[in-house]
Amino acid sequence: MRYSLSSILRNAATGHKHWPKQWRQPEPKKAYDIVIVGGGGHGLATAYYLARNHGLTNIAVLEKGYLGNGNIGRNTTIVRSNYLCPENGQFYEHSLKLWEGLSQDLNYNVMLSQRGVLNTFHTPAQRDAAIRRGNAMRLHGVDAVLLNREEVKKLAPAIDCSPGARFPVRGGLLQPRGGSVRHDAVAWGFARGADARGVDIIQNCEVTGIRIESGRVRGVETTRGSIAAKKIAIVVAGRSTLVGNMAGLRLPIESHVLQCFVTEPVKPILDTVVSFGADHFAVVQSDKGGLVFNGSLDGYNSYAQRGNMETLESVAACASSFMPCMSRLRLLRHWGGINDMTMDGSPIITRTPVKGLYFNGGWCYGGFKATPASGWTYAHLIANDEPHEFASGFTLSRFETGLVINENGAGPQPGLH
Amino acid sequence: MTGQSHRLPQGGLIDRAQTLSFTFDGRALSAHPGDTLASALLANGVHLTGRSFKYHRPRGLYSSGPEEPNALVTLGTSGRTEPNIPATMVEVYDGLVARSQNRWPSLKFDALAVNSLLKPFFPAGFYYKTFMWPRSFWCRLYEPMIRRAAGLGALANEPDPDRYKHAHAHCDILVVGAGPAGLMAAREAALAGARVLLADERPAPGGHLSGETIGIDGKPGAAWAGAVADELAAMENVRLLSRTTVYGRYDGMTFGAVERVGDHRAPDSSSPRQRSWTIHSDQLICAAGAIERPLVFAGNDRPGVMLAAAARSYVNRYGVLPGRNVVVFTNNDDAYRTANDLAGAGARVTLVDSRAEGEVAARALLPAGVEAHYGEYVAGTKGRAHLRGVTLASSGRGIACDLLCVSGGWNPTIHLLSHTGRKPVWDEATASFAMTDPGDGAFAAGGAAATFDLGLTLREGATAGRAAARACGCRLSGKADIPKAGQLPAYGVEALWRVPDAMSKAQGSFVDLQNDVTVADLELAEREGFGHAEHAKRYTTLGMATDQGKLGNVNALGILSELRDMPVAQAGTTTFRPLATPVALGAIAGQARGRDLRPVRHTAMYRWHESHDAVFTQAGLWLRPYYYPREGEDFAAAAAREVHAVRSSVGMVDISTLGKIELKGPDAGAFLDRLYINSISKMKLGRTRYGVMLREDGMVFDDGVVARLGEDHFFITVTTAHAAQVMQHMEFCHQVHWPELDVQFCSVSEAWAAIAVAGPNTRDALARCVTGLDLSNEAFPFLAAGEGRIDGAPVRIFRVSFSGELGYEIFAPAGSGAGVWRAIMEAGEPYGITSFGTEAMTVLRVEKGHVAGPELDGRTTAADLGLGRMMARKKDYIGRAMAEREGLVGAGRQQLIGLKPVGKDGALRMGAHLVNELGAVGPDVSQGRVTSAAYSPTCGHFIALGVLRDGRSRIGERLYAVSPLHEEQVEVTVTQGVFVDAQGERMRV
Repeated sequence: MRYSLSSILRNAATGHKHWPKQWRQPEPKKAYDIVIVGGGGHGLATAYYLARNHGLTNIAVLEKGYLGNGNIGRNTTIVRSNYLCPENGQFYEHSLKLWEGLSQDLNYNVMLSQRGVLNTFHTPAQRDAAIRRGNAMRLHGVDAVLLNREEVKKLAPAIDCSPGARFPVRGGLLQPRGGSVRHDAVAWGFARGADARGVDIIQNCEVTGIRIESGRVRGVETTRGSIAAKKIAIVVAGRSTLVGNMAGLRLPIESHVLQCFVTEPVKPILDTVVSFGADHFAVVQSDKGGLVFNGSLDGYNSYAQRGNMETLESVAACASSFMPCMSRLRLLRHWGGINDMTMDGSPIITRTPVKGLYFNGGWCYGGFKATPASGWTYAHLIANDEPHEFASGFTLSRFETGLVINENGAGPQPGLH
Repeated sequence: MTGQSHRLPQGGLIDRAQTLSFTFDGRALSAHPGDTLASALLANGVHLTGRSFKYHRPRGLYSSGPEEPNALVTLGTSGRTEPNIPATMVEVYDGLVARSQNRWPSLKFDALAVNSLLKPFFPAGFYYKTFMWPRSFWCRLYEPMIRRAAGLGALANEPDPDRYKHAHAHCDILVVGAGPAGLMAAREAALAGARVLLADERPAPGGHLSGETIGIDGKPGAAWAGAVADELAAMENVRLLSRTTVYGRYDGMTFGAVERVGDHRAPDSSSPRQRSWTIHSDQLICAAGAIERPLVFAGNDRPGVMLAAAARSYVNRYGVLPGRNVVVFTNNDDAYRTANDLAGAGARVTLVDSRAEGEVAARALLPAGVEAHYGEYVAGTKGRAHLRGVTLASSGRGIACDLLCVSGGWNPTIHLLSHTGRKPVWDEATASFAMTDPGDGAFAAGGAAATFDLGLTLREGATAGRAAARACGCRLSGKADIPKAGQLPAYGVEALWRVPDAMSKAQGSFVDLQNDVTVADLELAEREGFGHAEHAKRYTTLGMATDQGKLGNVNALGILSELRDMPVAQAGTTTFRPLATPVALGAIAGQARGRDLRPVRHTAMYRWHESHDAVFTQAGLWLRPYYYPREGEDFAAAAAREVHAVRSSVGMVDISTLGKIELKGPDAGAFLDRLYINSISKMKLGRTRYGVMLREDGMVFDDGVVARLGEDHFFITVTTAHAAQVMQHMEFCHQVHWPELDVQFCSVSEAWAAIAVAGPNTRDALARCVTGLDLSNEAFPFLAAGEGRIDGAPVRIFRVSFSGELGYEIFAPAGSGAGVWRAIMEAGEPYGITSFGTEAMTVLRVEKGHVAGPELDGRTTAADLGLGRMMARKKDYIGRAMAEREGLVGAGRQQLIGLKPVGKDGALRMGAHLVNELGAVGPDVSQGRVTSAAYSPTCGHFIALGVLRDGRSRIGERLYAVSPLHEEQVEVTVTQGVFVDAQGERMRV
């Protein structure tokens, strides 16, 4: 059922008894043209764009739990395209443009809120790095504005801009079109759109093996039986290395915990997404009123979706220093997601040495904001067996050739990106 | 001041001899010590305490604990404003200021209550289906509207004037909860010799005993608890923390807790407001009790509807009668105590029990005069700001009442047993999710273990205490001494997730009170495919309120399992996450707030810089002099003067922030050979060398000076930014790659102050203060290293230069740094020696074409920076293999070049990009960038270093340096990267 004013009025009058399931719960078929392993945001987006852009619908999305239970449902909901490296710049800008039309395209309000993303800087060297990045953005065709301290203060009065701060704010780099999105709605909207086009979304179906014969994929083994497939697309960021192992892939990825935090809801105090340039802290106030934020990685490899106290304490210290009014705001909940961290901080969307097997992962901190473009370009790759121009740099071979996309210059230590 | 209309003439654990005054929404009210804000409001007859989140429905006190969903208030004023605090957890003190929230203009007349009328249009998930037309209205109209309505209380945008502290505690056994189970556990464990930490969120021990009439060993429960707590307090191996909430369990038996040190008295800056504890324990005993479940029926959210145990605790603990005409609605025996206690306090009580009469043993306990209905439900309520009556389902009868006590059974409080990932399982006997297997090192006892009998609870606590003590190596003797508890009725709960009638009135039957999630919302969620507990949560916001589902979640799980036609056991719970109870961020931050966010690092000469008017800049945690303005000078003028002093006479700069590492051992040279791209082991004694390290991926990691002080003795400097990382890298290489090398090394960054002195008069100036070292060019040539004394202190002197002038770096023991600095200043006085800051340092090194942080940005190779010839061919070193990859050596690399403006007055800016033509946009437009730029007083115009695609073959080419952020474009010429003394003669004189 299409969501429209008339369908809403009709349902309001009849006690909302006639809304259909937003997606079916089909039994897996014996065979599909394409099996997508992973029913998170990227997997569902890939299925949607395979159907929408390429007319391919004999597709199953296999999800081991409930759909959207991975990183799509546990991030800080921020979208932006303020990248330095041109490969990332054009890719994330494509993503932001897709975000801008996504609610209409999906007929599902994902609540994109473009209230700006601001990164503060605190030293002359950070200012110069911000100018470098801002100029790179502008030359990529992305919006960017440099703010001085007074402008930062005006935009986000909750930030401590006083000269007495431990790291006094000197200014900030603002991407006005950045913002946030209602993250769960993205998974649901893509699922509903893909399902409506005939894609089977199969929950509680864990892939336990990938069948490969003479260098070509044949299908997957799952907790709900064998499923044959001509093409298999892995898109399971957070568990990439585990699923990659099933096909003998050794991936340049480490799995790290990144924690997210949310406070009790309060009346609007922060309109813009802000990140604290002197340490690791980025915060957004949700439409419900909670402040949602994160810090840096916990610092060790893990598949457990939970973190520890050191990060909690560090993030609380940054929060109550950068935005002093947060000191008396109560933290409600914190949780962990698993980041696929690569050797250069940039993602991987690629064919693999196995024919018919594709890989998408290594999203580091960029996974959520990449969702539509990841689905768009991955669908292109799967449909045509050729990379999409906006993702052509996200290869595995770049680690062999050295043509890496080193977004923050941290080098081959995944945990440092 | 109004009278306490609902205060009973006697009873309760309050001090009636003293009267306290406080305000609620500006109204002056009175209370007694021992009251919570909740009990005091009730005593004063205040029943309307808040508005719900979405529909702004009037709400009253619902509980007496931290799970309170309705009576959330804002405490304090200005910087002490604290929103969303449950009134049930606030101890009243004289002068307390509390306000209701999420209402406008007043609690009684809330304009947004209109939302309630729009309810048919606002079911769960309505946002996702609407607000899309026309497209532009979302960001201009709909979203701003939604955002304005968001949130409960408001923050004041002012700094928090209070202090917070961090503390660490170590114990063998952490006992959470000082109720009957926790006290018994702590006592038995302590008697066995274990180090016990007993934490409880209330001011006094006893847990729910304080709100009950049941006794132990013939004493009232609270008195028994007080006696046990006194006994524990006298034991050396026990620490009691009251007003302390253990909010989270983390890996490795680490716990977070917050102690409310000063919240129960008037604000006072002399002691911390709250103390944040990190507790390291060996064993956990979770004795956190249980939380009563609501019942779900139409109109179950009106002020005057309250949990049954909470109602009797107001009577027994606070001497407050929350209602005079009372209906008790239950599916279990426990609420019979409420009927009993309220009737005993003078209320008229009617009991409504959903169970059939024959199944209820407790009916014999009801006092005379209590009317009881069995197999009956409350189907609806009446009243607006306060309850006026209820309607029964089968008889349709109305009963006038001002208090409806509900009990849907009890949920064990198992958060701390679940935070590390363990899942609770459904326990049919108690109709609850319980942690039947708490895992290694963890125990549950009492209500937390779904044990609802007091005698069993005491026994279970003792058993857990003994088992935990045994597990951490204590010897047990004798048998546990279990006190005798009064008799309680059997629990006999029969699950009732919603009254049958709730189906037809689903919109008014609330499951999550604070977030206004109704049965209709759950039905809609299930209908649309969101029946999984996690989906329903995300679709309806169920359990996302400040109580995190403590009240409503299990009812919701039950309802969803009915809708999905599956056993509730199979539906499972959502994930338990810290925090078990919300905690202020300031408390978790502890001391690390504001100026104390991170330590400030000062060099040994900091006081001198300060007293000479240095303007400081941040460099990591360090404060470094940026420039030293003199009267009337701005930043540029000061920097130009400082540069000129170095070029014309002598200047000095504090470089103590450099990382310094000392290495000794027969393999020290071999070790450094493997770290640096150039050869180190063949260096002569008493010499220095510029060294470059790569990362594993072949990119430049760091650069600095290597000095050979002895055959087996080296001293290296690394950049300020990478000091810690280089040390880590070296540790990693030694411990993992080459443990066989006989080398020891140690960071000595803090042990040595360092000063760079440079300029043509440097030698003459230094000769006046250095003893024990011949500084003549013959005896101490360029790149020499030696030792001498300045101001009596032993110093290491290296003849190196980043400015291109005759220069020395002098290292003095940190304690002597200030003295050595002053001595050099004095010695240089005849030459007009000038202190300079990091800005002049940048200008000097750019003039000389030396790379630094902006060039070493982690993406440049040694060859990119023109240092390719340093890369030794005859040895292997970290990064060598990867540096040979095609992507690092092929055409198209951005290489270091110099830049100068075509017109002499063009200003160059760091962060500008180099482009061939103006106005183009795209991924390939940028050819490179300006890495370091400065106005060169020596050249008389701006100069810059930059990196440019294939730059070394483009010398002489003209490009544009553009900064679209500033709408600037400057035409530049590509040059070699050295602007001063290209032959390098001046530093060798």
